[in-house]
Amino acid sequence: MTELTLVQAVNRGLAEAMRQDPDVLLLGEDIGTNGGVFRATEGLQKEFGAERVIDTPLSECGIVGTAIGMALYGLKPVAEIQFLDFIYPAFDQIVSELSKFRYRSGGQYPCHVVVRAPYGGGIRGGLYHSQSTEAFFCHTAGLKVVIPSTPADAKGLLLTAIHDEDPVMFLEPKRIYRSITGEVPDGDYRIPFGKARVAREGTDLTLVAYGAMMVPTLAAAERLAQDGLQAEVLDLRTLVPLDEATLLASVEKTGRLVIVHEAARTAGFGAEIAAIVAEKALYSLKAPIVRVTGYDTPFPYALEHLYLPSEERIVEAARGVGRTG
Amino acid sequence: MTAADSLVPLPYDRKAAEQQIGPDWAETARTAFHWMLRARALDARMQALQRQGRIGFYGAATGQEAVNVAAGLVSRPEDWIASGLREQLTALVRGHDLTTYVHHLFADALDPALGRNMPCHPTAREVHYLAMSSVIGTQISHAVGLGRAAQYRHDPSVALAFFGDGATSSNDFHAGLNFAGVWKAPVVFCCTNNQWAISIPVERQTAASSLAMKGSAYGIPGRQVDGTDFIAVYSELRQAIDRARRGEGPSLIEFVLFRMTPHSTSDDPTRYQPPDWAARARAHDPVDRLRGWLTAQGLLDPAQEAEWTRAADAEVRAAIEKAEATPPPPPDSLFRDGVSRGGG
Repeated sequence: MTELTLVQAVNRGLAEAMRQDPDVLLLGEDIGTNGGVFRATEGLQKEFGAERVIDTPLSECGIVGTAIGMALYGLKPVAEIQFLDFIYPAFDQIVSELSKFRYRSGGQYPCHVVVRAPYGGGIRGGLYHSQSTEAFFCHTAGLKVVIPSTPADAKGLLLTAIHDEDPVMFLEPKRIYRSITGEVPDGDYRIPFGKARVAREGTDLTLVAYGAMMVPTLAAAERLAQDGLQAEVLDLRTLVPLDEATLLASVEKTGRLVIVHEAARTAGFGAEIAAIVAEKALYSLKAPIVRVTGYDTPFPYALEHLYLPSEERIVEAARGVGRTG
Repeated sequence: MTAADSLVPLPYDRKAAEQQIGPDWAETARTAFHWMLRARALDARMQALQRQGRIGFYGAATGQEAVNVAAGLVSRPEDWIASGLREQLTALVRGHDLTTYVHHLFADALDPALGRNMPCHPTAREVHYLAMSSVIGTQISHAVGLGRAAQYRHDPSVALAFFGDGATSSNDFHAGLNFAGVWKAPVVFCCTNNQWAISIPVERQTAASSLAMKGSAYGIPGRQVDGTDFIAVYSELRQAIDRARRGEGPSLIEFVLFRMTPHSTSDDPTRYQPPDWAARARAHDPVDRLRGWLTAQGLLDPAQEAEWTRAADAEVRAAIEKAEATPPPPPDSLFRDGVSRGGG
């Protein structure tokens, strides 16, 4: 075990995968000499060489398009998109090609590319360094969508992603890249997809979150406990595949559900969670499902603290739900 | 190009042909012609079947056979084909089974991709032929990734990317050529300029005086070639592939040719093509040009051609018979090969 930040855990996960398997290579903008703008690939080009840690020209569609070609050949490329906000030139490659290659080839061409991208707000990044658009990828069949919230999960889920035979969108909550540290197992450490983490046990209501939103959500749970409300907090970890069993079991126990994400509300992933619970656990509910989310506006610069769900907004929503029914 | 509809002959004597193709020039040219006849038999039959409602769609390669056949003959098994819409023949020349391809056209249970793609979008990994999408240009970057992977593994493989004139306006043309230039990747970019992107003529696709010249912006040699001249095409492709295999980097070849059919069975070119287009195209028919040349060299006689045509037609008909006797893919195949979350 080693005490690491989340971004260090990503770095160790990449290094571990590259030591295990010579077919793993990295490509992206500024990831080699510079070690990545967030230093996620720091030191890796020095250890593994410029042929395996490739500084690419500035083109996201080129990064993902060539990563797909490498995967078709049999390699296991991990592509870094510098910010999720800049992924859209590659959206065509991801949605039209990456997600569909295995399916449209009848299984002849698995396409095991991991696309890593820092995402989310709270770093004063404004419109184009802050967005949470995970729902686009969840809507596209053929992609797995993974979002860690702890250093150990970052490493464990990343190694699972790199060894998965299907493409994985690995979205890293950059707001907590360095603000949280934790014990991370050394060596080959993998966390299976589709298993939510019960971050806090409780009986009175369920708070569901992922990524950087785990921080205000857990803080809110502590505040609620002072009021005598015991919140169960779930960290989804993988949106696709989704751990429905853990979600439903928790809601069946508590009867109350608050969903927290920093993405905009309309057609955000919270709507999917709410729909699943309404379809499969409606009669366990004692109160309406509530979402605490970013607003349906572009992501603001000066007022990002108002845009992002805060501990206070979560507490307020939870109290409302707790009083109902 | 002149408007005359008299056939433009191939300008080679035997010595020139040997220089262009190599010592086995005669057999290579005859084999190529044989493949072209099979392609014509397939295109004619399939367009008719589409009109009868027996297959859903077809994108003929009529007029592009010289490029497709040459690519199949001159590439090696370890090379890769990232195709556009009209290179299925290259897969067949490289060894993909015709009957399997016809199963794909019928989207039946014996299509290796289980009928998931429209016709003319086959998958043939056994001959290193990718599964194409219908998105224009995306395969160009895939070819560059294949080439980079071969470099990484120190394999002697070369990736051939095929795309039309319209694709030179796509994001991935720019990204792919740029990455390949920087990486010196073993890739041959094969632009089949059939002069039409559905209804848009190449003059309205670009202000550049050729598509080949676009290579220079990426530090890549670009060559413009008569794409209906099998001998020239074969020679250019071989040189570019050899160059890539020697580690000297990518090339762009613009094959100028003529689309001799509608864009696809969903298209009506009388809405946009000039009335003399068909005559101009016929003067550059790659099959007629190679036939004329082989005949002049004494390498082909009408009896031989008639026999090849008869055999090709029989082969296609037999494949169709098998496909029409095959059921559609089973319903549960909808959920195989990928992340399925159910739904419905």
